[in-house]
Amino acid sequence: MGIKTRTEPGHLLVVDDNKVNRLLLSRSLEQQGHSVETAENGRQALEMLRSRPFDLVLLDIQMPEIDGYEVLSQLTTDLHLRDIAVIMTSALDELDSVVKCIEMGAEDYLTKPVNPVLLRARIGASLEKKKLRDQQRELIRKFATAEVADDLETSGFSLGGKYVEATAMFSDIRSFTTIAESQSPAETIELLNTYYTLMFEAISGHGGIVNQMVGDGLMAIFGAPLPQEDHCEMAVRAALEMIEMIELFNYERETEGKLKIRIGIGIASGQVIAGYTGTLHRATYTCVGDTVNLAARLESHTKIVGEPILIDETTCLCLANNIHTLDQGLIQVKGKTREVRIYSVPVDQKS
Amino acid sequence: MADPCIDVATFENLRTMMGADYIGELIDAYFEEAPQLIGQIEQSLASGNAEVFRRAAHSLKSSSASFGALQFSARAKELEMIGKEGNLDGTFEKVANLKEDYNAVHAALEALRDGD
Repeated sequence: MGIKTRTEPGHLLVVDDNKVNRLLLSRSLEQQGHSVETAENGRQALEMLRSRPFDLVLLDIQMPEIDGYEVLSQLTTDLHLRDIAVIMTSALDELDSVVKCIEMGAEDYLTKPVNPVLLRARIGASLEKKKLRDQQRELIRKFATAEVADDLETSGFSLGGKYVEATAMFSDIRSFTTIAESQSPAETIELLNTYYTLMFEAISGHGGIVNQMVGDGLMAIFGAPLPQEDHCEMAVRAALEMIEMIELFNYERETEGKLKIRIGIGIASGQVIAGYTGTLHRATYTCVGDTVNLAARLESHTKIVGEPILIDETTCLCLANNIHTLDQGLIQVKGKTREVRIYSVPVDQKS
Repeated sequence: MADPCIDVATFENLRTMMGADYIGELIDAYFEEAPQLIGQIEQSLASGNAEVFRRAAHSLKSSSASFGALQFSARAKELEMIGKEGNLDGTFEKVANLKEDYNAVHAALEALRDGD
């Protein structure tokens, strides 16, 4: 019998208190190209799962000592084990129990005696899904900060695009071309690196993530992918800290006889569409939508108003009383039919 | 050979699936385990432990069906349901019958195994 799987083989654990069932399942799975270990009860299964990696578990429901429900419940609440796919194996007459298991987090089910064609199809689908989840985790590791990646693992993944309430921030260096022309290319790159280091620190220190860097500009998001209750205020506080850091940096530059740099920051809050975009090898967390556009417009509007930080009304309304803002009136923004009210945040306040 | 104990189509399907060499190992496992389960059914009946009774009958039902011992599996299922209800009164005869039926299943499987 040389039935091979179309999907890549996995390392599987068969858990069943019935020896005939264990032999039957493990034989069928081995014929389909997988490597298989078996456990006689839930306790043994949990020990094995905690001691070495498995891709998938075929889990019987009714077993002495620790039954399938308990194993499933321990797997789904264990940070290190919850990505292992679980397929329940059950008798035809216990489908109500299966429903309970699916609700608890099992991926799928098979009825015993197991049909090998169904077995191959279900195992293949589950392993594919697991592979995708593993790849997504890898992507997050690559593109999110360590803290965000850890937090995401703890709070669960939300990888598909969705609407979230968040605050978008754009920042860039004023008259950057003039500065670049006044110094050597090496100095310019060094300046950018210092600038990014300072900005990243202020942003991630307030729970935000930088998701775009282009030239001397960057985009950051607060409140996504991880929900953050006070994302408006955190963004504004990050902005104040960014300005403060630039001022400290300017002291340094002044003593070296270099031009001071100035930055402009635009902040807007509201609904954004967030999700991962890109290809398999290169992806990034992206936020798009009106709110994001507005933040970008406010950033460029700082040049006109001559204030370093501009925020929209939604952000302003969320701020605590101890952050001062100044009403800068209504402006017409491209893409909006109505004028929007904007506020500046004076930088001479404690951040 | 048509045996009323074993559904031959199910059995032959299993043999094809598992391979002729492996089916013997599977039958050995069944011969080892089924009497243990029947023993558990008897003991739990004697001690009035409906939960152990139910689980042993459930397990016996499951593996017996794999070999095509459909009637026997149905009897085990009947006992499982009784165990689930929780009242084991009056099941002594059913358990005795189950034991007798197993002897027939055993003989039939033995014949099928040697028949290849």
